[in-house]
Amino acid sequence: MKRFFKLVALVSCVSVASFANAQELNVYSARKEALIKPLLDKFSASTGISVNLVTGNADALITRLKSEGKYSPADILITTDVGRLYRAKEQGLTQTIDTTSFNNLISQNYIDPQGHWIGFTLRARPLMVAPGRVDKTQLTRMEDLTDPQWRGRICVRSSSNIYNQSMVAAMIEQLGEDKTQTWLNDFVKNFARTPKGGDRDQIKAVVAGQCDIAIANTYYLAGMASDDDEAIRETASKVEVIWPNQQDRGAHVNISGAAIAKYAPNAASAQKLVNFMLQEDSQVWYAKTNHEYPLRQGVAQSAVLTSFGDFKSENIDLSRVGELNRQAVILMDKAGWK
Amino acid sequence: MKKRNWREPWLWAVTVFSLLLAVPVLLIFTSVLVPQYELWHHLFETVLSDYVYHSLLIAFSVGALTLILGTGLAWLVARYEFSGRRTLQWLILLPMAMPAYILAYTYTGMLDVAGPLQTQLRDTFNWTYHDYWFPDVRSLGGAIVMLSLVLYPYVYMLARTAFSEQSASFYEASRSMGVSGFAYFRKVAFPLARPAILTGTALAMMEAFADYGTVQYFGISTFTTGIFRTWNGLGNAIGAAQLAAVLTSFVLVLLLIEKHSRRRLRYFHQGQNQHSAKRLTLSPVQQLWTVLFCLLPVALGFIIPSVQLTFWAIERATSQVDEQFVNLIWNSFYLAASAAFIAVGLAILFAYAKRLRSHWLLNSQVQLASLGYAIPGTVIAIGAMLMLSAADDALNQLTEALFDTSVGLVFSGTLVALLLAYSVRFLAVALHNVEAGLQRIKPSMDDAARAMGLSPFAVLQKVHIPLLRASVLSALLLVFVDVLKELPATLILRPFNFNTLAVRTFELASEERLQDAAVPAVAIVLVGLLPVVLLTRALELSKNEAN
Repeated sequence: MKRFFKLVALVSCVSVASFANAQELNVYSARKEALIKPLLDKFSASTGISVNLVTGNADALITRLKSEGKYSPADILITTDVGRLYRAKEQGLTQTIDTTSFNNLISQNYIDPQGHWIGFTLRARPLMVAPGRVDKTQLTRMEDLTDPQWRGRICVRSSSNIYNQSMVAAMIEQLGEDKTQTWLNDFVKNFARTPKGGDRDQIKAVVAGQCDIAIANTYYLAGMASDDDEAIRETASKVEVIWPNQQDRGAHVNISGAAIAKYAPNAASAQKLVNFMLQEDSQVWYAKTNHEYPLRQGVAQSAVLTSFGDFKSENIDLSRVGELNRQAVILMDKAGWK
Repeated sequence: MKKRNWREPWLWAVTVFSLLLAVPVLLIFTSVLVPQYELWHHLFETVLSDYVYHSLLIAFSVGALTLILGTGLAWLVARYEFSGRRTLQWLILLPMAMPAYILAYTYTGMLDVAGPLQTQLRDTFNWTYHDYWFPDVRSLGGAIVMLSLVLYPYVYMLARTAFSEQSASFYEASRSMGVSGFAYFRKVAFPLARPAILTGTALAMMEAFADYGTVQYFGISTFTTGIFRTWNGLGNAIGAAQLAAVLTSFVLVLLLIEKHSRRRLRYFHQGQNQHSAKRLTLSPVQQLWTVLFCLLPVALGFIIPSVQLTFWAIERATSQVDEQFVNLIWNSFYLAASAAFIAVGLAILFAYAKRLRSHWLLNSQVQLASLGYAIPGTVIAIGAMLMLSAADDALNQLTEALFDTSVGLVFSGTLVALLLAYSVRFLAVALHNVEAGLQRIKPSMDDAARAMGLSPFAVLQKVHIPLLRASVLSALLLVFVDVLKELPATLILRPFNFNTLAVRTFELASEERLQDAAVPAVAIVLVGLLPVVLLTRALELSKNEAN
């Protein structure tokens, strides 16, 4: 019996050997399957290229890419954050993308200066507050969050999460390490509870009354506001978005994007996917279904996002956000942000 | 008896396999050769004490709780007769089909600040959050309870087999000396069953050490979350491997303590009087309490969360169940079954080798191979990945030199990688079960069979395997269910277009779509139930046969 299964295992692995095929594309995606597969299916339908997909944690995928080396079957790496794109580039796992067709359509902030990664969509990370319990005039900047009046009133997820790390990295880039460390030390003192759960949990905690201010990504709130479940929609309606730092540097933003693998067996198909993702109808899909801000100019955002209001976003080179990720974690550790 | 050179062919198989299984673990330990002073200075100043304190506290508390709960339940079921006993004895096993972090998500969904229960409380009494006290599910205590509810079946299963196989002659002899009831339990039954019970507790504690999903969701800093964080956030893979090495050392110490306590405990069935004692009857009131006590862990660890999950799943069934979903089920089942057979096959090989040719080198090889249980799936996956990429590299270089072509990746990125990782991770489970069973078989039986001219292999086939059946089946079941629930290694190593139920559940739950996640979660539980039912039937049958 044992021998039979061993045989089966060996046979099945041998049969999955070759990956270079003109009509195939191998995708390593840190975006969850449900969020990326519909677009990949559309891509297959319109180009005839069949897509092989593996999803996973971005760092795990990068480690896998690295250890697979030049035999790696991966063609393209899709992530939900710029930090990991930067890390892939830093480890020499990427090649240049042909971005000429997009230079006028996307802001240069969202393309790697050397062309090793490119963004697909944008998300912001504003404050979300309970309007009855928070005086919005008191809370216009991230720096205001350290004020003692907010002691025990802030909910935010763990510092292990990449979105928070990027947020702090962007702060280091714009304010410097010392100021950011001081800010972090006081910010952590105002937490209502030890960080737990995801972004939606923070929003729900605000509505439940455990805290009054949450920090979360826009697409989570937008997703809740358009959920099928009425109770969830109601929860979403009970918080209001505050865009911080509108009078100075702007609100923190991040991208989801992709990089083409250095040893991609189907690099041409990978390029086609990049072009496809930035096409108008794909961007419209992203906007409507995932409630993210499309990067392509001229594409409208979803109605829910519009209801959050217009905002000024940070104007920094996102590569720096990737570079400073490690430093951000160290500062967060020192401040005791669990 | 003919003198045998210990370097027999089949023993080479033991060496080869144990080395193969040890390599991922060893790769982790080689990381200490590259000191990361700055990293450790930083960790020491900030989070290391949290990691140590929380990991140890969780593991030992879970150990204590599962010991008490598992042993207590096993004793009641093995010793006493009460109505409903036949059903209850396998119902008690049900929480094993429930992954710990699914339990965590479910209870959080039900009892958390923003959940239906507390919201209802606040609405009914017009309270705000600060007006009342409610236990916080997402806390250290909560994590300990969740893990204990899911892990006590390990202790229960081993203890129950041990108790019910205790010969009636012990009981009769004790009674004739005036020792019965609780004193009998304390002085005779428990010490006799101690090896099995300690094994089960050690297994539960190792699982607790390795847990990631629950503690991560509850926001508790432990070694496992620290490993992820150091790897992801700080981008220091070597540092993460070093943390893993420290965690493994904790578990090594645990294993050593357990081995030491079992060192002189080798109990065998007495020859003739092999039937187990008849069960004692209870008064109706006692029966009621017993039934309630048996039902409580099952209710908390399985029934309540399953009902909640089923409600959620029914709401979302139409959107989630499609052809792809059936694929998921098949993949999960096939993978778990293959891994179970491989792991148990290896375990039988190793256990037998240790028994026949006990030798410090052989024993330590086997011990090394079993360490995988203590290491988080992620870390094993990385070790396996590194090892198999090196193998692929070598293979490709060979084919290029000989045939001028490259075959691409044959080992990594295929099911071989997954099966290797599972074997590394779950060999200990299979081995503990098989060894515990093997220990109850007297060496004199071996000698008698050999004297009658049977080869060692025939002894295994004709004498041991029938007697071992219960242990082997337990081992198969445990590995099957463990692989089904396994998450981190599967996430990292799985091939293209290959998803399992656990992966799907995790992805949906981490997108905070818990209701959608309920659909694959319920499927995991259902698929995991089948072996539980089958095993219990088989255990019953083999017990009847033995009688």
